[in-house]
Amino acid sequence: MKATPLSNCERRFLLRAVQEKKRLDGRQCYDYRNIRVSFGADRGCCMVELGRTRVLAQVSCELVPPKPSRPTEGVLFFNLELSPMAAPGLEPGRQSELLVSLNRLLERCLRDSKCIDTESLCVVAGEKVWQIRLDMHLLNHDGNITDAASIAGIVALCHFRRPDVSVQGEEVTVYTPEERDPVPLSIHHMPICVSFAFFHQGTYLLVDPTEREERVMDGLLVIAMNKHHEICTIQSSGVVMLLQDQILRCSKITAVKVAEITELIQKALENDQKARKEGGKFGFAESIPNQRITAFKMESAAVDTNDVEEQAGEIIAKADPPSEVFANPVLHTPGTAQIGEGIESSWGDLEESEKEEVAEDEGESEAAAFECEKVKTEDTSTVRETKSDEPIVLSDSEEEEVVILEPQELPRKTRTQTSSKQENPSKKVFNKKRRKKRTSR
Amino acid sequence: MAAERGTEAEALVGQVVLPGDLLLLPAHYDEDAEGERLRLSAGAAPQGRLLCGPGLRRSGAGLLVTKCGLLRHRPGGGGAYWVDSQQKRYVPVKGDHVIGIVTAKAGDVFRLDVGGSEPASLSYLAFEGATKRNRPNVQVGDLIYGQFVVANKDMEPEMVCIDSSGKSSGMGIIGQDGFLFKVSLGLIRKLLAPKCEIIQELSQLYPFELVLGMNGRIWVKAKTVQQTLIIVNILEACEYMTAEQRKQALAKLSGN
Repeated sequence: MKATPLSNCERRFLLRAVQEKKRLDGRQCYDYRNIRVSFGADRGCCMVELGRTRVLAQVSCELVPPKPSRPTEGVLFFNLELSPMAAPGLEPGRQSELLVSLNRLLERCLRDSKCIDTESLCVVAGEKVWQIRLDMHLLNHDGNITDAASIAGIVALCHFRRPDVSVQGEEVTVYTPEERDPVPLSIHHMPICVSFAFFHQGTYLLVDPTEREERVMDGLLVIAMNKHHEICTIQSSGVVMLLQDQILRCSKITAVKVAEITELIQKALENDQKARKEGGKFGFAESIPNQRITAFKMESAAVDTNDVEEQAGEIIAKADPPSEVFANPVLHTPGTAQIGEGIESSWGDLEESEKEEVAEDEGESEAAAFECEKVKTEDTSTVRETKSDEPIVLSDSEEEEVVILEPQELPRKTRTQTSSKQENPSKKVFNKKRRKKRTSR
Repeated sequence: MAAERGTEAEALVGQVVLPGDLLLLPAHYDEDAEGERLRLSAGAAPQGRLLCGPGLRRSGAGLLVTKCGLLRHRPGGGGAYWVDSQQKRYVPVKGDHVIGIVTAKAGDVFRLDVGGSEPASLSYLAFEGATKRNRPNVQVGDLIYGQFVVANKDMEPEMVCIDSSGKSSGMGIIGQDGFLFKVSLGLIRKLLAPKCEIIQELSQLYPFELVLGMNGRIWVKAKTVQQTLIIVNILEACEYMTAEQRKQALAKLSGN
């Protein structure tokens, strides 16, 4: 099937919205969508949901003869598949440009960065080595396949266990999982891709573009980095020419994002490990809720603003007047300013006790959901101010218990409040609403 | 297939039916007299013919269900039965008003993508006041609101932007600004129902223009980008929100 064409009015609207720093789902320019990581019952099987984009990854291994040029190294094989299930415009089998570029980027990110120790995969030099095969399938395409696939790939590799092997002279024994516990792969670091979309010849930049935004963007910059701030891969495509300071700024943003995502991945892996060890239930049947007929659910807004005015009024009346502050905003980029240095976070004491309690409760849950401040409902008008330490939600229950992390010493970005309060509804009486109705005969 | 006896249609109105269910109709609806039985029953046969709506198919003794969903009935004018089902993929139906995206101009016709399996064709003369000399100003990528005159599974669908008397009655090229997005077909039908609460409540918020296409496409235009985005998000969320949640959300917005 052919993909739905993009109409002129959509394109114009999206570009205008980008100019006004508005995104379709109410995120800020540097915000990621909700990331959910869930594991299957098999080792090495995981599914990552980045907003509505879903990627399923599965790792498997096999004993094969090594490459003649590298007799002591294991073999890595990566494969990402796109199918019409993900989007109508993707046809099976055909080697489209998109598929080739995605595969190549993921290979560079995972293979060339040497995140997996291939020497440890050697069993008998020159004769038998492990071949690790990572297969990824795109289940739904809502933009930013690269990031979702890179997270899925590295999580699956960390989750995977290969059979234990012992060599005695000429004899090689491969133990079944019942005889000896399978062994994890030796992974040095976790490279994660972060995508930046550029609009209006590089003037505007969005992190984690959705499918609509990808269609109207001028160019795309992908930076793969690990949490030690080492850049593993960097790739720029499209018709945009980037300046040096833009790329440097992007790499700083990448460092922040990668740190957050790595935390989330670690938590998810730990939770799954705990669940398996304690004999609790694990697998997709547990982590994916199945009560609904509709395929996608919306995350509900947990804000109850009844009586907020009265409460706010009381608080303000009782509070001390603020001290005199002379604001000297430091302008980082258009739209991002920093006022003051920020003070030391005083959440330190509460953190320890709260974290342990919450970790106990949520030990069984599989998915660690990364909740950005965005609310995926109508509240696009209210202001969201991001702090550099974002809460990570461990369970997808409705209570949404929040764990506050240690503050990180990364450049704080205090965003000026984008005054997106909408104007009062027009006082004009007439309602300019033209509704096209089907005239019944 | 015909071995099992069906159930009375009236008994299942408002309940979930599955494909393969056979619905029996009251005997006096049978047009073709099977036996030589003459019906001299009390009460005349109802006026008009029974309408067999989407999701149902006429089969022998009664109606065969072909889609899963809720069975609905309308008693007026001979009566109508249909199945209320939910889907996202649109199948062109004659008489439906849809929003199409122009993909190509080929000589005298425009090719429009309507979300079906084939692109629809629209002749340039099918606009109000269009003549061979006076062609409508349509570019590739424009949005057009029109209705189907030919839509069946054997032929490519054809659209027009005028009604049978030659007037446009609201159809034609949709303006340049605004935003187009897609929702499920069930939500569109809900929004098009007379006295739809959602539209009424939204109109209390801000003035906006709205075009609803039966193929799941909605075009919205409000004064600012922000307002347009709010309306888009509310309409998309209406699919999953209960009436209570929606009222709360709108109250929050109008209170701000």
